[in-house]
Formats: sequence, structure tokens, C-alpha cells
Amino acid sequence: MNGDGASMNDPATGARRHWLYRPESIPKLWTWGAGLLAVTVAAEIFTDLHPHFGFAAWFAFNAIYGFASCMVMVLFAKWLGNFVKRADSYYEPADGTPDGGAAPGAPHGPGEGAP
Amino acid sequence: MTLLLPPSLPLIAGAFLLPLLAPRQRVGLLFLLPLASLALVWGLPSGVLIEGEFLGLAVAPLEVDALRRVFGTIFGIMAFTGALFAYRQATLVELCAAFLYSGSSLGVVFAGDLLTLFVYWELMALGSTLVIWSAGTPGAYRASMRYLLVHLFGGVVLMVGIAAWAGTTGSVDFTSMTAALEGGGARAVPAAFILAGFLLNAGAPPLSAWLPDAYPEASPSGAVFLSAFTTKTAVFVLLAGFPGAEILIFVGLYMVFYGIVYALLENDMRRILAYSIINQVGFMVTGIGIGTAMALNGAAAHAFTHIIYKALLLMSAGGVLFMTGKRKCTDLGGLVQSMPLTAVCGIVGALAISSFPLTSGFVSKSMIAQAAADEHLGLVWALLAAASAGVFLHAGIKFPWFVFFQKDSGLRPPDPPFNMCVAMVLFAALCLLLGMFPGPLYAMLPFPVDYAPYTGAHVVSQLQLLLFAGLAFFVLLPMMKRTLTISLDWDWFYRRFPGLVLSVVAPPALALWAAAGDGVRAGLRRAGGYLARYYGVREGLGRLPESGGMATAVLAVFGVMLLYFYLR
Repeated sequence: MNGDGASMNDPATGARRHWLYRPESIPKLWTWGAGLLAVTVAAEIFTDLHPHFGFAAWFAFNAIYGFASCMVMVLFAKWLGNFVKRADSYYEPADGTPDGGAAPGAPHGPGEGAP
Repeated sequence: MTLLLPPSLPLIAGAFLLPLLAPRQRVGLLFLLPLASLALVWGLPSGVLIEGEFLGLAVAPLEVDALRRVFGTIFGIMAFTGALFAYRQATLVELCAAFLYSGSSLGVVFAGDLLTLFVYWELMALGSTLVIWSAGTPGAYRASMRYLLVHLFGGVVLMVGIAAWAGTTGSVDFTSMTAALEGGGARAVPAAFILAGFLLNAGAPPLSAWLPDAYPEASPSGAVFLSAFTTKTAVFVLLAGFPGAEILIFVGLYMVFYGIVYALLENDMRRILAYSIINQVGFMVTGIGIGTAMALNGAAAHAFTHIIYKALLLMSAGGVLFMTGKRKCTDLGGLVQSMPLTAVCGIVGALAISSFPLTSGFVSKSMIAQAAADEHLGLVWALLAAASAGVFLHAGIKFPWFVFFQKDSGLRPPDPPFNMCVAMVLFAALCLLLGMFPGPLYAMLPFPVDYAPYTGAHVVSQLQLLLFAGLAFFVLLPMMKRTLTISLDWDWFYRRFPGLVLSVVAPPALALWAAAGDGVRAGLRRAGGYLARYYGVREGLGRLPESGGMATAVLAVFGVMLLYFYLR
């Protein structure tokens, strides 16, 4: 869940880490997640899914289909990225002003603007 | 006497009134005017309420029916909550622009004829451009100009279609044009132009990149307004003008997957959400293409719920941007520790967009899938199901994960100011309430609803689909690592391609020019001067301003006539 070392204390505040960021929480989160997945599949045994199409009638069709279609989409995006990804300064004009990002003096930020 | 005022009027009048008032009075008006619009939406009787004649064509500047009330209601709610989110932080220009923008989108919705629709359509383009522009950054200025050019082009396409439609049918009445489009013959071409003009605003290909290009450049509150009106007025006009047009199924499915794939590649948190607008509008466009009562109800309901959860997601992202000044996933992470409310509201929006049971997205999107199943469109149904899993992947998990969780960025900003939090909580509550009690929404829909979202089968299949999509996200997490990149999109063709052509063509042309003798150069200059004399933009045959000026004058006259019709 986190990738910044196994220190018990919050590097920003020095206090004990948020529970989501404690190293011992990660296996617990995976266990709970796996349990949840198992329950949704098991629930199919007790529910009549009355599928609309023949191909959707296999056991755990939605689980397999959801997982597989996401795999395909991510792999396709990854492949497409080879062709369309550019450095995020790609469209920046030659004068150096950033095309994206809050430029210095942008009229948003706490304390600015008035009713 | 019943007050037959169009719901657009309070907001548009407000846009011009707000600058004249003292700040304290302004705040009251910011909340009263959207409520006045909502009161008109619900107080007006159904039917054509105002009729008139303009240039020999019968116009109906104010028409009310059930479908219009659905969109009028959500636009009114959005204008109110947007004002609440924005009023203490946004500039005055942005607030006025947002009111002009939301007011004119209400004008489109309650227009009974194509001329009135067109006037409001163009006003909407101006208002939204100003909303982007008022962020005040050089990037926002340039994005707003690109946005305006695309939308003015769309306006020209639409006007050509409307003029040709009026020419062939003798009427500008705004009714379904599906039969004309699919029947071939003389009316098919004008209908196709009108459809193209409508689709441009929906973010359909090929001119779709204006949306992820421009919306993330707006201010934190500007993007919230922008997410609601342009694409959803397009959904409304498609619902009213082209229900059941088969081509929309293909357009919609393309949009659904285009949005997912580009959002997966994206690093800017608000651009992820912008691509996901196109994805969600794709579901609605597919539903409009299917065209049954169930599908059209689903598309209208999904537009309603989408405005709320998408605005909520952009409020959450806007709150993060406002407090940190950062917008890239690579710079963010771990914010749940210090912005718990923003994180929870963002997660509610993410669950709703993913159509989790008990959220608003579940009760609306499932109607579109049900319509595909009822019509035995197996492939469409399967693609919509894959796309539903993809929504959870690209928006439902990706946005909250990279902003509020993942690696700890070390940033510890508090939740944003009070008014922003109240607006977020309001919309988060609406997402959950509509999900748990869909009755009032279903009752508003244009066709009677015979659909029960909460059956065991629906809930179990949807949970399996989504949770295993979530598993795929974490399994593939190493492949989803954010990079400091953008992805080329269709806008490359108007941002880089012309320059590329010039850089290839210009050097040999200049060399040729230099190599040519003095006599040839003088001759070419003379020929150029001759051409300019007759065909130059300010001269005889090439002069354009007159027809442009005439169109502007006619529009201005029509604007005055509209006011006359309203106040008569």
C-alpha cells in the first residue's frame, strides 16, 4: 500500500502513522479484500441470476469477465501508450510559460479571492 | 396570471446583475437565482408556452415537457450547488460567466424550436469559454481559445444544418429527426449536420479532445460548472432530436472505451475525470441509440445522476488542487490522512460513478444495460458490462487511490474551506439518497418506469463485476505507475500538425523564393497584389464581414424578439 519504507512514524508529523500506512496493515487489507471477493462469488450459489444471454450463464461469469476485461483494457492502454505518450511539456510554448499547472499568481489558493 | 418566464432568465439576468451589487447582496442573489429557476422549472405548465414568428418561421421560445423538466431540475440544482462551492473563492468574472453558462444551458433545454436553441447554444459556448478563461493562467487562456474555436466551428456546423433543415422542411420546430436521418432523401443531409453539431458538444469523436484539453485548465470551481452543462445539454438535444438513431450506439460505445483508455494513461487528476465525462456520456449516447423507452429513461436518469457524482468528484479534486496547488497524481498521494472529508466525498463520488449498489449510478446506468438485454443486443450488453468494470478501474479506484492513498506524498493540507465542504457533503448525500430511494427520480422520467434495480441478481452480478475489476487494478498496479506524460489526442491535429506541415513546406519554398530571379519575384508580387485587390478579405469578391455582420445582426434582432416574446 505504501512504498516509502517501513518506518513506524509519520515522516511529516512524527506521530504514529495513519493505520492505512502501517506495514502490518497491508496483509490484513489483502485478506479482507480476498474474503470480500469470495463472498460475492459464493453469493451466486444462493441467487438466481437469470442471465439474459447464454454466455453469461457460466458460474462466476461476472467475476471472470470483470477481471479479464480490465486486464485487456489495461494492456491495451499500455500498448497504445507506446505510441501516444509524450513528455508533459510537449505542448508548452517556446516562451516557457507552462500550459498546464497552476502558474505563479494563479487566482486560486487559500486566502485569495473574496466574496 | 401565471408568470410565463423561461427558467433561463433568472440566471442570465443574474450574470449581468451580479457585478452591479455589493458583495453582501451578491451572495444572497447567488443562491436565490438558481432557486428561482428551479421554481420556474416546476411551476410552469407543460406544453408550448410562448409562440411567435421570426422571418416567416414559427418559433417556440418556451416549451415544457417531462424530459425538459428532468434536465431543468438537475441544471437548477447544479447551478445552486456550484454557486455554493464557488462563491467565496471564485472570481466575480467566473461567477457571472457560470451563471450565463448555466442559464443558457437551461435556455437550450426549454427551447421549442431550433432557432432559439441555436441562440442559447452559442451563448453557452461564450459563457463556458469565459469560465475557463477566468482561471487567469496563461495555460487557461490558451485552452479557452482552443475551446472557443472548436465550439464556434460546431456552431457553424449546427447553423448550416438548421438553415438547410428550415429550407427543406419549412419549419424549425424541434422534434425528433431520427426518421429524416435514417430515411435518406433531401432531409437526411441537414439532419446529419444538426447531429454532428450536437455530437461535437457531447465530446464525440473526432472532435473530442477539447474537453480534456480545456476543463482541467479551469479554476477548482470552474471545472465543477463545466462538467455539468455542455455535455449534458448535448445529451438532452440528442434525446429529444435523435432518439433511436442507430449510429449513436457505435458513437457511444467508442466514447465509452476512448474515455477509459485515455483516463488510464493520464496523470493529471482532473484530466482523468475529464476523460471519464466522455466515458459516461458514451453510456448515455449508447442508450439514446438503443432508443427504447427503457433506454431513453436510462439515458435521462444517467445524465441526472452523472451531473451530481461528476460534480462531486471534481469538487473533491478541486478541493485538493485548491489546498495543495498540485494536480498531478505523481505529486499527490496520502491525502486521506489530513483531508478525510474530501477523501470520503471523493470516494462516494467514485462509488457512484462506478455504479455500486446503494449509489445513484447503480439505479441509472443499469437501466441502459437492461435495455440492451431486452433488445437482445448481446454484443452491446457485453461491451457495456466490460465498460462498467472499466469505469471502476479508471475513475472509481484510480482517482481516489492516486490522490488520497498510494505512496505518502508528505503533504498534509487540511480539508478545504467550509462552503466547499458543505457543497461536497450535499452532493455526496444526494448520490446516496438517489441510490437508496430512486423512486422520485424514476417518477420524473419521460416514460413510465417498469424497472426494479435492487434484485438479488442485479446486485450480485454488479458486485462481482466491480470487485474483480478492483482486483485487476491491484494486480496490475505496477503497470499503472504514473508517469510524467500526456497522451496525444485528436487535438494534435490542430495544435501541432499545421506547424509540422509548415516546417516541412516552408524551407524549400523560401529557398525557391530566394533562388528565383528578381523578375520572377516582382511578377509574383504583382500577381499577389492583383489577387488581393479582388479577393482579399477586405475587398470586393472576398469580403466576408458583410454576411458575418448580417448573421450577427439577425441574431441580435432575434435576441430582442426573444425578450419581447417572453415579456409580452
